[in-house]
Amino acid sequence: MEAPTVAASRTNSAAVAYVRAAPAAAVLPPLTTVGVLAWFKDRLFSSVGSTVMTILIVLLLAWILPPLIDFLIVDATWSGSDREACLPSPARPEVGACWPFIGDRLAYVTYGSYPVASRWRVDAFFAMLACGTAWLLWLEAPRRDIGAVYFFVVLPLASLALLHGFPTLGLAVVDTAFWGGMMVTIVVAAVGIVTSLPIGIVLALGRRSKMPAVRLLCTLFIEIVRGVPLITVLFMASVMLPLFLPDTWSPDKLMRALVGVALFSSAYMAEVVRAGLQSIPRGQYDAAHALGLSFWQTSRLIVLPQALTVTIPNIVNSYIALFKDTTLVFFVGIFDFLKTIEAARADPKWSTSVTSATGYIFAALVYFVFCYAMSRYASRMEKRLGVGENR
Amino acid sequence: MSMDAGAAIDTPAIEITGLHKWFGAFHVLIDINLKIDRGERIVICGPSGSGKSTLLRCINRLEDFQRGQIVVDGMLLTQDVRRVDAVRREIGMVFQQFNLFPHLTVLENCALAPIQVRGMPKREAEQRAMHFLERVKIPEQAGKYPSQLSGGQQQRVAIARALCMNPKLMMFDEPTSALDPEMVKEVLDTMVELALDGMTMLVVTHEMTFARQVANRIVFMDAGEIIEINAPVPFFAHPRHERTKLFLSQILP
Repeated sequence: MEAPTVAASRTNSAAVAYVRAAPAAAVLPPLTTVGVLAWFKDRLFSSVGSTVMTILIVLLLAWILPPLIDFLIVDATWSGSDREACLPSPARPEVGACWPFIGDRLAYVTYGSYPVASRWRVDAFFAMLACGTAWLLWLEAPRRDIGAVYFFVVLPLASLALLHGFPTLGLAVVDTAFWGGMMVTIVVAAVGIVTSLPIGIVLALGRRSKMPAVRLLCTLFIEIVRGVPLITVLFMASVMLPLFLPDTWSPDKLMRALVGVALFSSAYMAEVVRAGLQSIPRGQYDAAHALGLSFWQTSRLIVLPQALTVTIPNIVNSYIALFKDTTLVFFVGIFDFLKTIEAARADPKWSTSVTSATGYIFAALVYFVFCYAMSRYASRMEKRLGVGENR
Repeated sequence: MSMDAGAAIDTPAIEITGLHKWFGAFHVLIDINLKIDRGERIVICGPSGSGKSTLLRCINRLEDFQRGQIVVDGMLLTQDVRRVDAVRREIGMVFQQFNLFPHLTVLENCALAPIQVRGMPKREAEQRAMHFLERVKIPEQAGKYPSQLSGGQQQRVAIARALCMNPKLMMFDEPTSALDPEMVKEVLDTMVELALDGMTMLVVTHEMTFARQVANRIVFMDAGEIIEINAPVPFFAHPRHERTKLFLSQILP
């Protein structure tokens, strides 16, 4: 029986041999793979499971969106000068958001109790900060080196002079007790964001150092600060710190909170950066060292640029968390944005059933805008830096 | 004259005396003695795990060692960071995995060390980088990132990057082992040209054709020891040690 089988397979393999004589012609794709219909089928109804999900989500949106739109826009009050405008009446049984309340208290939630006559200084600070941020974040901007000097040297000094005061220049001192609202939130967040990355990088490098003393010190700092809630760090900074310092030298309340926030976020940033450092293969260190680059050159030119790129999502995650954690400074008596909303909604002038909801929704929107902007920018950066680096 | 005066004409490129290294309790290099003259081309071969790569990595101090001494170009290798950096500047190294810097372009990869380590002006360093990229025949890739290049091209960039430091000695650690077969030749050709120019070379490789063609001497290592050193012709024709014979019978067709 075997002989015929072998013969048959030989004939087959002769038939299998093939040489293409002419190039294959390209054929237009079928309608089911391109165009709008294909998109719908592909993204929304590709399987039973995905069809069920699509329907469920549409139902969920249909349930949530109409009342939300009613409250925020359709039934909302858009003008008025006190609570009367936002009270329900027989003619208006359903009352939505009370926007004139926000309009009326906007200055308060922006500047806190900062003297009205000096508020232009805060505006100037906002403008300078916006310019500096745009200069740094816009990657094609001209002379970004000057931008960096401006952002990290000029801006902090100018901000201090503008916000706190600089009598020699005719800028009267405004005690930080009068600071409040968005300006405080932005100051705390900006200080946290700007200081936590460099300190975090140093701590992360220190934790991986070959020198035991350095490693122990950095590890201890990171673990102790990370093992304690931010509120505790803030309480320690504002209540316990003065106990250890001489009475004559008692740092400002806001300054103490700033130091607390900076240390706290640095410890977290250190761990984020360390994760990035660990993702760099040993071969990169080998190659850098073999070329004669020193430890600091290797860190600055080879390791950190790569480590920070892969950790951008985590760094921004920390920044977003930090931005929202700034609300905790109100526990040590600092009037940040959320606290000023709290104070404003208790104002009898605007006391209605919808005032609180309006205030909180406004606060949520403002926080969301900041956090979402950070998130979007980070994902654009990731895409950009990903070019040519897909190992 | 002290060991550091360096660079007399007859100073050996490398002199290794009584070198021992342990990884924990594991004795990875055992009593290594090897003198390499200037212009000499040494191929080190041996089964995997025999300590070949570790030996190379000790020479430019990527690895620590516990006993013995290494003198590179008249400079005694010590713990001192400045001394280690000085030795590393004179040795170019090419790795199995290329180890190019993925966030820098090919040109930046090559110009980085001359600028940072030798303090060369950027323009000059880039001209130099282009010169060596032309020598390894890929000047047209200068603006690309490593990930856009084939393995063979990446390894040639790695060679150019090492040459940009104007090293007195080049070490290759299995430079073709991570390459697809069709790219091995372009890298070996580059290395042959380098050898023809008189570069002192220390090459760990399994490419025996290359060893025959280029090496002055072949060093056979096994289990952390140097087993046999000989010129290529007698090495292949009449291996003397049993382990050498066994090894050659396994890798040669």
